[in-house]
Amino acid sequence: MRRRDPLARKGLLRRLPEAWRQPLAVVGAVLAVAWLVIALAAPVLAPHDPLAQDLPRLAPPGPDHWFGTDQLGRDILSRVMYGARVSIPLTLLLVALSVLIGGLLGACAGYFGRWADETIMRVADLVFAFPTVILAMVVAAALGPSLANAVLAVLVVAWPSYARVTRGLVLGVREREFVLSGRLLGFSAWRSLRVDVLPNVTGPVLVLATLDIGTALLLLSGLSFLGLGAKPPSPEWGAMVASGVEVFDSWWVATFPGLAILTVVLAFNFLGDTLRDALDPRTARAIKERAL
Amino acid sequence: MSDTTGPPPSGGAGPSSTRKEPPPSGGAGPLATRKIRRRGAHPLARFLVRRVLLAVLMAWGITLVTFVLTNLVPGDPVAANLGQRALGDPAIVAQWRAEHGLDQPLWRQYLLHLQGLLQGDLGTSQQSHRPVSQDLAEFVPATLELAGAAILVSLVLGVAFGVVAALRRDRLSDHALRVLSLIGISVPTFWLALMAFYLFFYRLQLTPGSGRVDAALGLAPAVTGMQTVDALLAGRWDIFSSAVAHLVTPALVLALYTIGLLTRFTRSAVLEVLGQDYVRAARAKGLPGRVVLFRYVLRSALVPIITVAGLAFGSLLSGTVLVEAIFAWPGIGQYAYKSATTLDLPAVMGVGLVVGVVYLVINLVVDVLYGVIDPRVRLH
Repeated sequence: MRRRDPLARKGLLRRLPEAWRQPLAVVGAVLAVAWLVIALAAPVLAPHDPLAQDLPRLAPPGPDHWFGTDQLGRDILSRVMYGARVSIPLTLLLVALSVLIGGLLGACAGYFGRWADETIMRVADLVFAFPTVILAMVVAAALGPSLANAVLAVLVVAWPSYARVTRGLVLGVREREFVLSGRLLGFSAWRSLRVDVLPNVTGPVLVLATLDIGTALLLLSGLSFLGLGAKPPSPEWGAMVASGVEVFDSWWVATFPGLAILTVVLAFNFLGDTLRDALDPRTARAIKERAL
Repeated sequence: MSDTTGPPPSGGAGPSSTRKEPPPSGGAGPLATRKIRRRGAHPLARFLVRRVLLAVLMAWGITLVTFVLTNLVPGDPVAANLGQRALGDPAIVAQWRAEHGLDQPLWRQYLLHLQGLLQGDLGTSQQSHRPVSQDLAEFVPATLELAGAAILVSLVLGVAFGVVAALRRDRLSDHALRVLSLIGISVPTFWLALMAFYLFFYRLQLTPGSGRVDAALGLAPAVTGMQTVDALLAGRWDIFSSAVAHLVTPALVLALYTIGLLTRFTRSAVLEVLGQDYVRAARAKGLPGRVVLFRYVLRSALVPIITVAGLAFGSLLSGTVLVEAIFAWPGIGQYAYKSATTLDLPAVMGVGLVVGVVYLVINLVVDVLYGVIDPRVRLH
């Protein structure tokens, strides 16, 4: 479909179904749905209690325990399944919050301009001046190691990219006639933003968000891996990989939770990548150009 | 966090921020050029001065952020650094606080901190009881060696893969590279490091394990602090080959993400240029494909690629925290982790500062390269 005449493309809805037919998107969607089902049905699907330490220790994968057991005698398959209940909702919440916060701040910066713009974007610049893990690590360490604080830390480094993109898109439509006429009709700034500006911004921001789910999960599990996120008994994937470091000759302890992270991230990257191509080959460039 | 495959959010003193301003349109172009020339200094020099000033401003911002972050958050450094018994004695606590300047108001602490920074004093690590600058001087070269090797690998492979994907658009190799690069940006680095360590060192024994050189050989006399370079300078080939062998696995693990990133960006950058009229014209007049590719296509595609490479360096620095822990690489990543978990504030500030400044410098270099490659950039 990429070869089609761009003028023939109309409306978001007509193009989406075609995007879903791309193999990459199908694989992504299947993986994502599978993980959502696992997360929802973990209590039914999991063969064991993820926290019970009553199995033989460090048993290799076999018919009894498909993914083996860890050094405390817990069933790794069950822990990986329950891990989906920890990581996936938190990641989605995290991205939703960064879209909300970043989007709102970016919209204010773009719409009101002047000091609001300067203040917000300079703060965003400062966050960008740090490599993400380093900054997130400093924040998480300072707040104290806990899963909630890890989420907060990732949030701190995640919002600016949305602020940038949203600001750019808002700048692009702010002076357009339909927005100005709205203002002339007496719309408040807030209403004008909500009614006229917002619908023009959502598409590209959602694509960015889909692509960001993977990055957010990687960062969150990375913090847990470093011991700055989930606390020990919790079946969080990053923390499980970390516990595999201590017994790295029992390869299965770290391998399977890592594969879980990989497949979830891959699912959303496949989806996001196809979505971006589908929505408009030039969306990406448009985001880039307007955002900066 | 930056988006992985999307358009690059430009880094702090974003290199792209200059590029995005539209070039002087139409007839105004030459006129504008002449105007700027007449104001005196060479446009490239003016451009450089502006960029450097901006970088200095950002560096100051970084000191502010590290300071505020490590002070306004509720972690208590006293509890983190003093033992249980010492904590029970208010006199010891008060003395410790006074020793570390923690009894001063916050703004004075910042001024003291800033004053120290200007004199190259980053404070004393509360854990190692050594000056932070001394700790960092010891650890930074190892990380630069690792990240430098990784960025070299990613540039070579990423650009090569991207060009191949673009030239064979929609063919099997393009699709394969797309999937591979997406996998590359989806793999958790810390997990990959562990897997590589297990497989190549523990199982296959193809690579040496942790550390930087074989302990039996000893370290090369320190000049730059980078083992590969130092060994070469000392003419010690045995150390050099050992250092390279130790470097290969962590560098490749670290590079995988940026290889994926650069492949994606190179592909789209090259595709964009391939469609341009001047490329078609070059082809039409019968220039050999190699000439068209290197002189016409790659030269203009290089601009966005370099931007992304600068940003990729940031993610490499981030990655070192996760990779160095596994390979026991004695770099800044491991130091950062240790000091963050013990709430060693001066050390944390030092790491944040140094890494932030390194990142700034890289982006500054990217900016300058930009100006050199694309003359239009200097005018803005």
